[in-house]
This record gives sequence, structure tokens and C-alpha cells, in this order.
Amino acid sequence: MIVELGHFALVLAFSLAVLQSVLPLWGTVSNNNRLMATADTSSIGILFFVTAAFASLMWSYAVSDFSVVNVWQNSHSQMPFLYKLTGTWGNHEGSMLLWVFILALFAAAVSMFGANLPNKLRANVQVVQAWMLATFLLFILVTSNPFARQPAAVEGQDLNPILQDIGLAIHPPMLYLGYVGFSITFAFAIAALMEGRLDSAWARWVRPWAMIAWTFLTAGIAMGSYWAYYELGWGGWWFWDPVENASFLPWLSGTALLHSALVMEKRDALKIWTVLLAILTFSLSLLGTFLVRSGVLTSVHTFASDPSRGLFILAILCAFVGGALFLFVLRSSKLEEGGLFAPVSREGALVFNNVILSAAAATVLIGTLYPVIYEAITDDKISVGAPFFNLSFGLVMIPLLIAIPFGPLLSWKRGDLLGIGQRLLFALGVAIAATIAIGVSIEGGPWLAPIGIGLSVWLMVGSFAELVQRAGFRKVDFSTSIRRLKGLPRSVWSTAFAHFGIGVTLFGIVAVTAFETETIASMKPDQTVQSGKFVLRYDGDISTVGPNYSERGANFSILRDGELVGVARPSKRFFPARQMPTSEASIHTFGFSQLYVALGDVEEGGAVTVRIWWKPFITLIWLGCVVMVIAGSFSLSDRRLRIGAPQKRKKKKKGESVAA
Amino acid sequence: MLRSPQLFISLFVFLMSSVAWGQQRLPVEMEDRARLLFLELRCVVCQNQSIGDSDADVAKDLREIVREQMIQGKTNQEIRDFLVIRYGEFILLKPVFAWHTVLLWGAPLFLLLIGGVLVWRAGRGRTNRLSSIDTSLSDQEKAELDQIIGRETN
Repeated sequence: MIVELGHFALVLAFSLAVLQSVLPLWGTVSNNNRLMATADTSSIGILFFVTAAFASLMWSYAVSDFSVVNVWQNSHSQMPFLYKLTGTWGNHEGSMLLWVFILALFAAAVSMFGANLPNKLRANVQVVQAWMLATFLLFILVTSNPFARQPAAVEGQDLNPILQDIGLAIHPPMLYLGYVGFSITFAFAIAALMEGRLDSAWARWVRPWAMIAWTFLTAGIAMGSYWAYYELGWGGWWFWDPVENASFLPWLSGTALLHSALVMEKRDALKIWTVLLAILTFSLSLLGTFLVRSGVLTSVHTFASDPSRGLFILAILCAFVGGALFLFVLRSSKLEEGGLFAPVSREGALVFNNVILSAAAATVLIGTLYPVIYEAITDDKISVGAPFFNLSFGLVMIPLLIAIPFGPLLSWKRGDLLGIGQRLLFALGVAIAATIAIGVSIEGGPWLAPIGIGLSVWLMVGSFAELVQRAGFRKVDFSTSIRRLKGLPRSVWSTAFAHFGIGVTLFGIVAVTAFETETIASMKPDQTVQSGKFVLRYDGDISTVGPNYSERGANFSILRDGELVGVARPSKRFFPARQMPTSEASIHTFGFSQLYVALGDVEEGGAVTVRIWWKPFITLIWLGCVVMVIAGSFSLSDRRLRIGAPQKRKKKKKGESVAA
Repeated sequence: MLRSPQLFISLFVFLMSSVAWGQQRLPVEMEDRARLLFLELRCVVCQNQSIGDSDADVAKDLREIVREQMIQGKTNQEIRDFLVIRYGEFILLKPVFAWHTVLLWGAPLFLLLIGGVLVWRAGRGRTNRLSSIDTSLSDQEKAELDQIIGRETN
């Protein structure tokens, strides 16, 4: 019964979305405020019904109702309760429902927090959101219904073992909050084009939403990377896999959007470009989500294997992306560009940022799609893998990484590069010292490593140059400087920390790429193996049985200088329901570095193969992302965002009451 | 796509039966070279994994083939060519630079150039606009200004 109610709620949500696609639009055309205001109510209604549908699917997962096809295919009665719940979105239908749930959440957010927006703009934004909601609800109802029933089965087919992890609870919701968060900026862009009006108030509204989406996307990608690192069991943390690229693309263009919206908000320039970026970012989210969901990216053939879904997806993509770009071409000339600036200026730096990030995104996009298109045309297969992306993406990004510390120091309109160079001398000195120190200590190792470390140090130290400058250290007395620091807007702090975070991540990437060591050994009990400064002793096997798997583990004592510093227990699990093995690596953290032990096969005579990696500073890769996420959240708490908006609303209400 | 590569490899490995099945130890420098090369070669049955990362049997066999060829004194390029003949270009994670990949390899540079040109043109258009803007006030504007600053006209 609850399942049927869920299905029914989904249909109701769809009907409301169709209403909201039309009524407010009619209102904006006929200047009817009441029609426009219906969207405020209907979007809350849509959220309510989609939540109900989502909850009812979750409920049938919680109670393992195997008469629901979707639950039967992706769950197991003996699974831990948490995985039963998270299994709700560990499959195509459920994850689409989560997608739409978050879309409905953001649509309702505009109704709840958008009271200070001009009526017409708000109505248009809500209409665009309703178009998206209606389309995707229809997609779910027609091709991916999670509520389909079947004669009840005794036992489910189990969730993909790789997904049976806490990561599934965090990673997809975070990622989707990021992906779908950009739907707001997309809706605002379309609304602005429809109205042909775009001012810095628009950018002031769009930027925090872009920031929210960006923050979640950053967290989601980082979480996904760490999850793959510990779950897949071969020690990699980024594979340039098409699925990863699909999430990375909106991140790149979303980062560009944040920066160009800054120019628009402060200087009323780059309007057309900002609108285009808002459209492109969500288009890339759409492309990513759906190419992954339809399986196009792994192989063209899976796409053809489910033609109804594939074609529907293609139609959605064409309609939204094509329609948006068409509207853009049609209307963008109406938007007036303001704000003139010299090439060397804060605006110029942000344009530079945008050019590089766009080129980087396009490089990744082309690399991801090239094999698919190539195969479609020639019927031959080629691979575009990590070595290509490392080289091309790396080369494109390096100029930007060098330029980052300069950006925030440049003044608007016209900057003084030489003067700024002097302020960055300290950072340059530290970076050069680090480069030389590393270069000397490795003696003839990989020559790129010292340069990469130097670049990351340059970023980390240089990011704080703006704070130092604005605090006036050494110019005024120390306590005055501290007081100034405290008084700085939070956005200045968050800029510094976000850039610092990139430096931290880069440091981790360079260190682990250049200095990682790998040891493969075949060991019998009581044998030892040396890996870097550690010695591992094989102490024997332990076999256990989990709720829905059997496990064979091996115990290793980790010794450093003859002292026991830990016990590694890597294992292999076997899930009978899916006939799938997984490898559970054992990871020990020492400072920022990690010792990663994974189990291989058992050989004849009781020996086991074991792979041991020493991964220096690897945790910095994700800690840098954590710093970026904190910086993003901190920026959202900026005074101007917290206090600016409600104040404006008050003023407006006064104005209205006077008019009335 | 699975034109039974497993079968082919097992046949191949069988023919080179001098190769031991276990981990073949190479001199340290050669092993380092081999491991770098592993990362450029795709495990043909895996999803986007190199043979250096994969546990699959095919990857193990391919690793042995690479090591064996290195012992025979072949260069990296010779080994790549050898594998491409057998598995097609699909096995190279780093695509060759040739006519059919020129769009791929050329894209980053091309895009940066386009971006640069667009920015330069926009900048020039802007300066032109700046210099072409008539900054003198029209009579009406003058009148308005006078009114604003409270000066009586006449």
C-alpha cells in the first residue's frame, strides 16, 4: 500500500509540476501577480509529494519488500540496516528519484528564500525549474519507475558489494546536491534571458547559490575519490574514469562561474559570459549524470541496449541544452555590458582564470567523449586514459596555478603587476627554497617533483598575501594588524583559504605521484618483507563469515625500527548472492602519509601475495578539499549575505506599504 | 569487442613457456621501467584500469609479456608496437599522436588560442568603445545637470 502511495505521490508531483510550468508563465505575460504567486505554493507541494515518494521507496528498502522489483534487484534481507537504507539510491531508478528530490528541494528553496526577488524574475525562475521537474518526473514515471511490483520473492539479489559501504550514504547525496544545485543558476540564467534583463542584483543572488552547489560538489568529488581509494583496493585515488570526469566537468565550469559572477557582481562586466557559464555548468551536470546513468560513457552499446531510456535522455539533453543555448544566442545581445577594465586588473585576472578553466574543462570533455565518437564514426576502438589527461590537463592548468596568488592582490579596473610582484617576494622565496631543498634531497629522482612541490608551496604561502597586505603587517603595529584581520570581510578569508586548499591538494598529488613506493611480495607465515621504513611480518590467516559475505583475511604486524606500530588486516570478501569478490585494503595513517596494504591471491603452499604501498602525504589531497569546502561554507556566512538580504526585503516591504 | 583476448594470451604465454608463471624478477632499473610502462597499457577486459593496477589474469599475463620483451632488449616503443598489432590501439591509454587523434591532442592548445583571441578581441572592442564614447554632455543633459546642482539656467 505504501509503495502504491509513493507511486501516486510521484504522479501528483508531476501534475503540479505541469501546472507550475504554465500558470506563472501566463502570469508574467499577463502581468497577473496572483498567477505568478501560485508557483510559491506549488513548488512546496511538489517537494512534499516527491519527499513522500522518496520516503516510501526508502521504507520498502528498510523492510526488504521484495515484491518491489527495484528492491528485489538491489537489496538483501541480511544486509546491515544502513546499507538497506542507502541501497535506495544505489541503482538507476532510486538515484534518479534522489536526483529529482534534490531538484524539488532547490525549487522550493527559491520559493522560501526568494521573497526579495522581483516578482517577474522569481516567477520565471520557478517556471524553468518546473519544466525541469516535470521532464524528469515524466522520465522516472515512463522509463524508470522504482515502484513496479512483481510476485513477492523470498530473497533479494543483493546490492553491488562495492556499494555496501558508508561511502554510499554520503557520496551520492553530496554529489547530487552539487550537480543539481547548479540547476538554480541555470534557471536564473534562463529567466534573465527570457526577461532580457540582467543586473548586478542578479549576480548577488546567483553567486551564493553557485557557492552552495560548488561546495557540495567539491565535498562530493573528494569523498568519491577517497571512497574509490580505500574501497577498490589498488591504491589509486583518481582514475580519469569517464564517470569521474563527468563530475569533474561541472566542477571546473562551476569554479569558473563563481569567479565570473564575482566580476559581474562587483563591476557589472562579463554579464553575457556569466550567463553562458551558468547554462554550461548545469548542462555539463546534465550531460554527466545522464551519460553515466545511460551507460553511454562506458560503451556505446549499453546505450543501444535500452533504447527507450537512452532516447528519452537524449531528448531531454537536446531540449534543455539546445533550447538554453538557442535562447542565449537569440537574447544575449540584449544584455548590456558595463564595467571597463585594463588587461592587468582584477577583472583581467578573473578572465584569465575563466579562459584556462574553460579550456581545461573542454580538454577533459573532449578526452572523455573522443573514444565514444571515434568508435561511432570508424567502428575502431581507441583509449584515452590517465596518461593523456595528466599531460594535457596538467599543462593547461599550470599557468593558472602560477597566477592564483596574483589575482586577489590586483586592484579592480587597473592593477600594478610589479608592485604585486614585490608583495609576493616572500612566497616566491619560500617556494624556491622548498624546490631546492627537495631537489637536493632526492638526488637525481624525478626532476618534476621539486618543481611541483615548489609550485604548491608558492600557492599555499602566496594565498595569504592578500591577508598580510590588508592587515598591514610591519606597517602598523601588531595589535592594529590583528584588529584589521578580524575586521576583514569573510569572503577575503575564504578566498585565501580556498586557494590555500588548492595548494595543499597539489602538494599531496605531487608528493604521492613522485615518491610513492610499491612492494609486491609473496609471503608464508612468519616471513617478513621490507617496505620503505617499515617491516611487515605475516602472522597468518583468519577466515570469518559476515552477514551476507564470507571473508578471508590475513594478519600482518607492522614494525618500525623493530617496534610494533600497528596490525594490518587486509582481506578479500566474497558475496555469494552476486558471485562477486571485493578487496578490503588495510590502511594505516602516519602523520599525513599512509601505509596501504592489499591482499592478493593465495598461492600453492599457503603463501599469499600482498601489495604494500607507502603513500607519502596522500591525505593532503583530501584535506586540501576539506579546506576548500570549509572556505566555501565560510564565504556563505559572510555578513553581506546574512544581513544584506533580509534588510533589502524590509525596505521593499516598506515601499510596498507606502504604495498601498 | 571481446575477440577472445584471453584465449589469445594464454596461447601466447603457452608458446613462450620459458616464462615462469610467477612474478618474474627483472633487474631493478628494468623493473622500474616496466612499471611505468604498465601504467600506459590498458587491461583490455577491465573498466578503465591499467595493467599495472589490475588484478585480472589478463593483466598479469600482459605484465609478463612486457617483462619478457624487456629482457629481450626491446625498447618501450617496440613493446607498444608489438601490443598494438595484437590488441589494437585500444590497449594504449595514452593515444598515439597521428591524424586520427590530432583533434584530441590539439584541442587544449587550440582552445587556449581561441580563448586568447576572443579575449583580445573583446578587450580591443572595449577600448574602441571607450575611445568612441562621446563624453561631452548634450544640451539636455547640461540642462538636467544644472537643475540638479541647483543652478538657475538664465
